[in-house]
Amino acid sequence: MTAPLARTPLHAFHAAHGARLVPFAGWEMPVQYTGIIEEHLAVRRAAGLFDVSHMGECRVTGPDAAAFLDRVMTNAMAGIPVGMARYTILCQPDGGCVDDLIVYRLGAEEFLICLNASNAAKDIAWLRSQAGGDRVTIADECARWAQLALQGPEADAILGPLTDAPLAALRRFGFATATVAGAAGCLVSRTGYTGSPGFEIYLPAGSATAVAEALLAAGKPRGLLLAGLGARDSLRLEAGYPLYGHEISETISPIQAGLGWAVKFAKGEFVGRAALLRQHEAGPASKVALFSLSDRRIARQGTPVMAGERKVGEVLSGTLSPLLNKPIGTALVEAAALGGRLEVDLRGHRVALELAPGPFVK
Amino acid sequence: MSNVPDSLRYTAEHEWVRLEADGTATIGITDHAQAALGDVTFVDLPKAGASFAAGATFGAVESVKAASDLYCPVAATVIEANEALNATPDLVNREPYGGAWMIKVRLADPSSVSGLLDAAAYRKLL
Repeated sequence: MTAPLARTPLHAFHAAHGARLVPFAGWEMPVQYTGIIEEHLAVRRAAGLFDVSHMGECRVTGPDAAAFLDRVMTNAMAGIPVGMARYTILCQPDGGCVDDLIVYRLGAEEFLICLNASNAAKDIAWLRSQAGGDRVTIADECARWAQLALQGPEADAILGPLTDAPLAALRRFGFATATVAGAAGCLVSRTGYTGSPGFEIYLPAGSATAVAEALLAAGKPRGLLLAGLGARDSLRLEAGYPLYGHEISETISPIQAGLGWAVKFAKGEFVGRAALLRQHEAGPASKVALFSLSDRRIARQGTPVMAGERKVGEVLSGTLSPLLNKPIGTALVEAAALGGRLEVDLRGHRVALELAPGPFVK
Repeated sequence: MSNVPDSLRYTAEHEWVRLEADGTATIGITDHAQAALGDVTFVDLPKAGASFAAGATFGAVESVKAASDLYCPVAATVIEANEALNATPDLVNREPYGGAWMIKVRLADPSSVSGLLDAAAYRKLL
């Protein structure tokens, strides 16, 4: 028996707008509306609107909330100013990742945390298990919130007339509580998972359809398209963002994944610190590398990475970059092999792996 | 609804076959198949002269989302593969029954095509 798929508050909206729905992390989600490449390019050139209501949320409050988050997360959490968000990893003691998260500081003793859909229940249980004597309350708010991502260079112009949020004053990772298209109690955040400018909007689940329709109507004249998880994946991969279960996992640490910038050893003790410090000092045995291929074939997850006849790694994610019009991806590769010539084995067909010095979009 | 021309024969794996006047056959994938794949990025086709048994894999088609094998509907030998698909794989999305034909073949048994699904039978599978 498999559990029935969960539906976001926008399920009927998706059906009405021609989405192709697929199972993802226990949810029935739109993979595309008009086509992955077209939706991807709309985000790079104009705007795209994504339903990301499958993402989970929890609220951590209490006198020890900031110190608690500092102790269970790799990034510096206690110093986040109110009104700002920060990316962080939740690590196991062995340095493997429980999840990667965005943490919003709502007040001195109050934080809202965005969780990956596939990990939401695990994360909340993990946080509760770590909160021994801390004076914190960890509230599951997954069902309370819908989430929309409005991404692309036209995002400010589309959202501006529909909200009282001070968009011009919001820096990257800044957020504000605001009304959006008549829906009060939304959280508008200048964050995203595409590599293009834009916003993520947390909204009361019951307001999701009206807000989505308003954003779609306002965005259409500016070239906005509804976009699905297919474009979300190709956009995040062009931008070099990790996806849990691919570039980071219970067995791939943030140091291996090149996320050392989000691991703050100087702040003192935190879960996973000793293991991560060892990897940081000695250098990890294998690392996540971003690559492109001069071919038309996509190297998909699990494709072997070869140095001559020796397998030295495996592809973690692969897609076609609509911007470069060639395949891109990530691979976990033995660190010692990264300087040499690498190839992927695509069903017996060898193609040279071209390592990228950085993300394909800035 | 996807387009299923009456004049063609089909397989349950979503290939189409057109029997030509000269006794050869042309093979491609259906409108339903291209829509299910999404944006096609690569088509891997055999060289002229290659022979395939009925049901054998003769190539692969890849989209942004997935890679899918191509099955030869009937025993046949390749006369020509569609070179245009190297440079413009997205033809598969735009013209699945026209410009995006995949291989032209000589049939091992010309009567074998009549054993495939007709349009009405294929429509029932969709």
